[in-house]
Amino acid sequence: MTVTAERGGQVTGRQVKAGHPRRPRDSYALFLIPGIIAFTAIIIVPFLMNTGISFTNWQGVGTPSWTGLANYRELWDDSEFWASFRHSLFMVLAMAAIPTAVGLVLAAALFDFVGKHFGSRIVAVLRACFYLPQVLPIAVAGIVWSWILAPENGSLNALLKAIGLGSWQQDWLGDPDIALYSVMGVMVWVQLGFPLVVFMAGLQRVDPGLHEAAELDGAGWWRRFWHITLPQIRPEIYVVLTWCSIAALKVFGAVYVLTKGGPGGATDVPSYFSFSTFFEKTQVGYGAAISTVLTAVILVLALIGLKLQTRAEDAEEGVRS
Amino acid sequence: MTTALRRWPVLVALCIAALFMVLPFLIVLMNAIKSPAEYSQHGPLSMPHGLYLDGLKDFWQRVDYGQKLFNSVLISGSVAILAALLSILNAYAIGIGRIKGRTWVLAFFVLANMLPQEALVYPVYYLAKEVGLYDTRLSVIIVFTVIQAAFGTYLLSSVLGQFPREIIEAAKIDGATTWQVLWRIVVPVSRPTLGVLMVFFFIWTWNEFLLPLVMLISNDNQTVSVALGVLQGQRLMDATMTNAAALLGVLPALVFFLVFQRTLTRGIAVGAVK
Repeated sequence: MTVTAERGGQVTGRQVKAGHPRRPRDSYALFLIPGIIAFTAIIIVPFLMNTGISFTNWQGVGTPSWTGLANYRELWDDSEFWASFRHSLFMVLAMAAIPTAVGLVLAAALFDFVGKHFGSRIVAVLRACFYLPQVLPIAVAGIVWSWILAPENGSLNALLKAIGLGSWQQDWLGDPDIALYSVMGVMVWVQLGFPLVVFMAGLQRVDPGLHEAAELDGAGWWRRFWHITLPQIRPEIYVVLTWCSIAALKVFGAVYVLTKGGPGGATDVPSYFSFSTFFEKTQVGYGAAISTVLTAVILVLALIGLKLQTRAEDAEEGVRS
Repeated sequence: MTTALRRWPVLVALCIAALFMVLPFLIVLMNAIKSPAEYSQHGPLSMPHGLYLDGLKDFWQRVDYGQKLFNSVLISGSVAILAALLSILNAYAIGIGRIKGRTWVLAFFVLANMLPQEALVYPVYYLAKEVGLYDTRLSVIIVFTVIQAAFGTYLLSSVLGQFPREIIEAAKIDGATTWQVLWRIVVPVSRPTLGVLMVFFFIWTWNEFLLPLVMLISNDNQTVSVALGVLQGQRLMDATMTNAAALLGVLPALVFFLVFQRTLTRGIAVGAVK
């Protein structure tokens, strides 16, 4: 990451110094100056500081004392740390895998059935309903849901009672065995609109002739979905999976508002774990180590996603040409 | 023929699914206009008997909601404008200037965009304290201008990469400087894309939670998201107050959504796949 930044900077710097004022390329580099200053101050310096702090023992005041890899060694043996990343996997399931799968089916159904036979107005209204939770601040979504899921007088429990399933009532966010699944349910609700909207835009690229030909050959809807729709929008699927997995690893607001990582750490995630280590336990060095590991995981995931996306797009272009 | 028979059940199923998505909003609306007595008597699922607005009024005054709205608008609005400005400057150099090493510069902006805020939050908090910007709205504006501009640079660079070069060459021959080409030609022509970007920057910043939570501790500076999140986290609200908070939090989002619906649902697709 830093290597990238320095290289970019060097190249543009050298160009200006080399001084070919006639070449139009040179003056363009000047437009990057505000950006380079701003990104250095707000992103590069803090990121390097954070990485540096992760090798120290520091309470936020006084001088940090260098401890080398001690924080990382401690992380390795910290069951709380492993639990938080295990919960991240559940979040990836709830925010990437499930919304992508459900979003694909919903998008294809909206496109094939509703769009072709009932008109685009109904499609627009339905799409808007699914997308609505996406524009809601996560803090507000958290308030809405923690009230719906409240053990006493919460809407969900009241509903279960009203339809005669009173024995199914739960302390949805307060029971350590259930809390994680409740948070996951909320995240599916929050996230679903994003893949749906991206896939619906992608479906417009699919050549309708393919579908018509397959239909003439007697292929049913599921088979056409599987053999035509899916391969055609593969680039979108990779983008959505990468984007959403990264969002899932970063999830913080929902956990803060719904459960604060509890009960008993049952819903703790890396970002909340690092936040509480930074600001509640004020073990800044240890918190920095957690966030550095999180960053590394996210960057690896991003690179894999980018690679898959480029490959899918290349393959698609190859087919077309 | 089989599809004709299956059309209606699919439509009905989709409508039911869509109803489930908006159901939480309806429940909140239903309960925010109930009086506490009515709520405790009939529970959350009954239809409201009348319009009770005192709960909303009380909540508004207790948390000084007008001030929170103003802070959110000020921060999100400033970020939208400044981040768009920073993005277009960067993208002009990368997309149209095609400076050397642009692939690396672009890769840097993409990575900066992916970076989790957790890896920046403590140093940003520490540095803001050192320079006296801690607990100011300006600090949040500066940080989010840069964070949002990372995405903006990435998107605008690929858009400007396709910019018709004849127009620029023609302007150059007429004696326009690089600076004039940017403001008189590139910016006006890219106005639709810039508009979409600004809408996104505004809403993303409005919804941000972690950094504003850390940076804005005094009541007068907090945004809507932070104020509501902190209140919820303290577990001090009764049912009526929670509903008032939820409704007042939902309303601005709903307004943006209705105003920018087309931009949002189409624009995000543009953003996701170049």
